[in-house]
Amino acid sequence: MAGMAGRMSTVIKAKISKLLDRAEDPGETLDYSYEKQMELLQNVKKGVADVVTSKKRLQMQSQKLEQQVVKLDTQARQALSAGNEDLARAALERKTLAQSELQNLDPQIKELEAQQDQLTENEKKLRAKLEAFRTKKEVIKAQYSAAEAQVQISEAATGVGEEMADVGMAMQRAMDKTENMRARAQAVDELEKAGTFEDLTQLDSGGNDDIDRQLKELTSSSDVDAELAKMKAEVGPGSGGGPALEAGSGGGEKAGEGP
Amino acid sequence: MIVRVATEGQYRLDDGQAAKLNELDNEVVAAVDAGDEDRFRELFDQMLSLARSGSGLGEDELEESDVILPPPDLSLEEAAAEFTGEGLIPG
Repeated sequence: MAGMAGRMSTVIKAKISKLLDRAEDPGETLDYSYEKQMELLQNVKKGVADVVTSKKRLQMQSQKLEQQVVKLDTQARQALSAGNEDLARAALERKTLAQSELQNLDPQIKELEAQQDQLTENEKKLRAKLEAFRTKKEVIKAQYSAAEAQVQISEAATGVGEEMADVGMAMQRAMDKTENMRARAQAVDELEKAGTFEDLTQLDSGGNDDIDRQLKELTSSSDVDAELAKMKAEVGPGSGGGPALEAGSGGGEKAGEGP
Repeated sequence: MIVRVATEGQYRLDDGQAAKLNELDNEVVAAVDAGDEDRFRELFDQMLSLARSGSGLGEDELEESDVILPPPDLSLEEAAAEFTGEGLIPG
């Protein structure tokens, strides 16, 4: 067999026959392999917990970014009201970046949710199979007559072994995907650490030219220009008094292509 | 025959379906060789549908699969490693 079917079942069979060869008492082999499988089930549970942790982290980041979008929008309006167009532009550049990060996070959170559901389903199935194995093991042990038992043990162990290998593969794939998302979460963390979404009035005095330059590269200036023009029309330069805040206009706009 | 869709579950199919599955298997190999992503996706989906048309194995059934299909979210790159030569099923 050239394909995966061949490879996977060959490995499983090799492991099982090694186990059976070594055993003097098939009953013992069964107990041992059941114990092993139960240990592996614990790993699956841990895998599900890992996915949940990653998902929560992304959700927290997403909430934080949403708050930043609203905050930066407010700051841009305030800056425009005060006639400081440069500051307004800087705030809008940051807002655009935060929005595009948000758009990246969203599908990933959904993907993790799907992963979590699938792994939970796999875990449930595996637990049921192990339960079936446990029952069968007791039956085989009770009717123990060497040759027949050997065949039955081999069949049951192969069946449950295949299930185990399959759950292992599902776990591995989920972990690989989660790994990619970790990298994304890391990137957002670093933007935050660099003060990208910090209060602009603080940034202004802190001399963050480097961030400003990077931001200009990252954000699409045409998006920023368009939004600035729109905001100008709404706010009007130097209109005095308090900033004219349009609640709700903060998070709804498209961030365009993003970086 | 028993077919497993990796990461998903096992299905019991009529033995008569084996020929159809093998035929699709060979076509997938050709599509993968040609690097034709759309064609690969279409054929692999057909393989999955065929497997899923069978009845799912019960939770208390411990059976070895005759054929194991790769996970449904298989990429063309990954497929290149699985669908080679005679494919998943010889012949």
